[in-house]
Amino acid sequence: MSLLEIKNATLKFGGVVAVNDLSFNVEEGEVYAIVGPNGAGKSTVFNLISRFYDPFAGSFTFDGRNLLDFKADGIADLGIARTFQNIELFEHATVLQNLLVGRHRHRRTTLIEEMLFTRRVRREEYKHRAAVEEVIDFLDLQPYRDKMIAGLPYGVRKVVELGRALSSNPRLLLLDEPASGLSVEETQDMRWWIDDIRKQMGITVLMVEHDMGLVSAVSDRVLALADGAKLAEGTPGEVQSNPAVIEAYLGAGAV
Amino acid sequence: MRIQFKTSYAHDIRLFADRWTFGVYAVLLIIAFALPFILGVFYLGEVTNVLIWAIAGLGLMLLTGQTGQASLGHAAFLAVGAYSGAILMESGVPFILAFPAAGIITGVVGTLIAIPAIRMHGVYLAIATIALSILADDIIVLTEHWTGGVSGKFFMPVELFGFEIDRWGTPFKFYYLVLVVAIICTLFYRNLLRSPLGRAMAAVRDSEVSATAMGVHIAYTKAIAFGVSCAITGLAGVLMGMFAGIINNETFSIVISISLLMMIVIGGLGSIHGAFFGAIVIAFLPQAISITTKASGLTVAIPGLEQAIFATILVLFILFEPMGIYGRWMKIRIWFELFPFARKDMFRRQKSYLKTERLR
Amino acid sequence: MDVLQLLVSGLANGCVYGLIALGFVLIYKATEAVNFAQGDFMMFGAFVTLGLTNAQYIGLPFWLAAPIAIGIMALLGYLLDFFILRHLFGQSQVAIVILTIALGFVIRFIAGAIWGHLPVTLESPLALGDIWVGGVVLGLADVAVIVVTVMLTYFLYVFFQKTKIGLAMQAASQNQMAAYYMGIPVRRVQGLVWGLSGAVAAVAGILFASKGAIDPNAGLLGIKAFAAAVIGGFGSLPGALAGGLIVGVIEPFASRYMAAGYSQIAPYALLLFVLVFRPHGLFSQVRTKKV
Repeated sequence: MSLLEIKNATLKFGGVVAVNDLSFNVEEGEVYAIVGPNGAGKSTVFNLISRFYDPFAGSFTFDGRNLLDFKADGIADLGIARTFQNIELFEHATVLQNLLVGRHRHRRTTLIEEMLFTRRVRREEYKHRAAVEEVIDFLDLQPYRDKMIAGLPYGVRKVVELGRALSSNPRLLLLDEPASGLSVEETQDMRWWIDDIRKQMGITVLMVEHDMGLVSAVSDRVLALADGAKLAEGTPGEVQSNPAVIEAYLGAGAV
Repeated sequence: MRIQFKTSYAHDIRLFADRWTFGVYAVLLIIAFALPFILGVFYLGEVTNVLIWAIAGLGLMLLTGQTGQASLGHAAFLAVGAYSGAILMESGVPFILAFPAAGIITGVVGTLIAIPAIRMHGVYLAIATIALSILADDIIVLTEHWTGGVSGKFFMPVELFGFEIDRWGTPFKFYYLVLVVAIICTLFYRNLLRSPLGRAMAAVRDSEVSATAMGVHIAYTKAIAFGVSCAITGLAGVLMGMFAGIINNETFSIVISISLLMMIVIGGLGSIHGAFFGAIVIAFLPQAISITTKASGLTVAIPGLEQAIFATILVLFILFEPMGIYGRWMKIRIWFELFPFARKDMFRRQKSYLKTERLR
Repeated sequence: MDVLQLLVSGLANGCVYGLIALGFVLIYKATEAVNFAQGDFMMFGAFVTLGLTNAQYIGLPFWLAAPIAIGIMALLGYLLDFFILRHLFGQSQVAIVILTIALGFVIRFIAGAIWGHLPVTLESPLALGDIWVGGVVLGLADVAVIVVTVMLTYFLYVFFQKTKIGLAMQAASQNQMAAYYMGIPVRRVQGLVWGLSGAVAAVAGILFASKGAIDPNAGLLGIKAFAAAVIGGFGSLPGALAGGLIVGVIEPFASRYMAAGYSQIAPYALLLFVLVFRPHGLFSQVRTKKV
């Protein structure tokens, strides 16, 4: 059984079909990339998995459980964390606080306990902090720990968002264009991190990315989307040499 | 300049960052407890008033500063607290029970009201809460049977641990009562800030979408924020009633709601200090005005002057110091700590653009 | 006949609410902010006209004074934007909400300081007295209010839907940065909208003052106009007018047929009712944010 199984997913906005009868599986422990031209429905697939959108049809199964039984705020609890294309950080909080919000699904204390800050809350806080510090070490975020997000450069924000998702100890990590807007060096770092996330932490990664260099370097399998439908699926090499994909990217007649 | 060397996670978790900070607050606390021996009855009353406003401000700060939900109806919750406290005490419930009960009742009312309010955003919530504040006035008149309507409700001296506490008879004891309540509320607030729920509130304030993706239940978090905020405000309401001695339908008007919100913005949104700084401004402004007008030989009271000056202060703060008095205070402190290395553009504001959430 | 009578006076009141609501909507459409001082703008516009017209002050002829007052209010709106609101560019809505409320207090104070706090009457040629039409007493002022309001709403509607500058104003609000890239002078456009809403407030003020006496607290009427704007949907000009008419008509009927004490609650209760069931107004324009 695959970790994530999506069958016949369809989503329409008004008359526009954003995702059209799309099926794919993500296996435990792999890096699976979704590529496609702008407007192909890549981020929409993510928003369907995150349950921000209700699908028109189709089934979504994660680890044997039906995702449609959960609301958007229950998805993190299942062990699915994500980043956003346009960075959605908590601007008026520090990097540390942002990462600690990532721990929210591990909250075990109640309102009353927290208001009294009982010993248990304190113990839990230590645990959360230790987990977050591991992520900080992993992503080299030490210099920014107590910095406000509002003053950070774009590249760092991107890393913080990755860190926030990692802090929740997910089983499946959804990365929405992790390398967009990053410099060559930062993209290199991102590449090693994605590799390590899979190998060291054993987290399955599903990502949407434009940078084919990054995609072929890190991913095991690639899905090419066009107009919300599957165009090709396979290893990065296979997909890149697929005539349909080349046509979708370069236009008819280029083959 | 002071540098904090952090050696354990406890550094970021405990109440005071270091010994120095602890010392500052300890001294402040000692002064606060010694105040009745220093100040005369009149000024002690003024300080009591500041503390009561600060408690109410803390309540609103949790909702507006921490969770990002603007409420222009918090006077209604002051009223709920004050009336439920008064009614409970009138029916013979001792103060020690009636006081927290008034807070809890207000908290429950706040949570109930939050259920529909959760789905409203920004301006709509502000307008709905304005309507709430206006309705409160009418509802108090309509429920005259319980509230006494226009003729109002009196607050009698209360008994606590064998002491009789009365705003006029024993102002010292009343001051201590208010001080202790203020300290407890501040501690609760501070504890929330350093635990998961406080962070979830900030997350809701800054980005509901990613808060949801991180597993934060938006509706629950907002409802809790409303509940706790209203509970604290309710406590402030009882104290306000005791301070005033009598309350009626006009005591907790929309103007009080607006002043409360202005107060926390002037003080500095999102910080505990802000609630106290703002309370100092709002409580001492009338005194300052009356002193100046007397000094300039004016005998007639000018209607609306107080509000207009308060409003002007607010406009100036939003324009020049959006972080409020607290923000200014921090900047001055940092300037001194870094002296002579502070640069002007250290505090430059980030340029930001507003993006709508609507489609058409 | 009785019902008709109530209806006409309700409609005339509703037009004033609607005009104030138009001011909210104009600014909301173009800047995504709500001017909570719009009611006080209306009051100030009425007083400026009164100051220009009434013999006690300057004593200009009304038909000269009215355009001047409208111009003054437009300038005031523009200047407020230029000196204050422009500097809040991109700040949170809460800041703008509380700022405009504060401005309302200041405007009320200034009006009180200049023209006093007692109710005064505008010497308006619109206050012509009453006529009898089929057993119904029609205040000519009421009729004038209705006619002017409908014309003004139509004019603004066409302006926003059809003209280039109107469309630019809408674009500027929806995505400030994108509007910049498209070459729309966002700041100037927002200044123009503030000026326009000042002018609309002046018209509302003149009409309101023609119907009866005014005092500096007349601006509190703005709160009822919120109800109108919310009921009508914040993004829609005709909606604002419709909302104003609904609130205006409900009031006299409520005070006629409901027990005293309950009647003045009616507009606010309706407002809350609408917000509870349609949290973004009747003609909602908010969708979930795209990520």
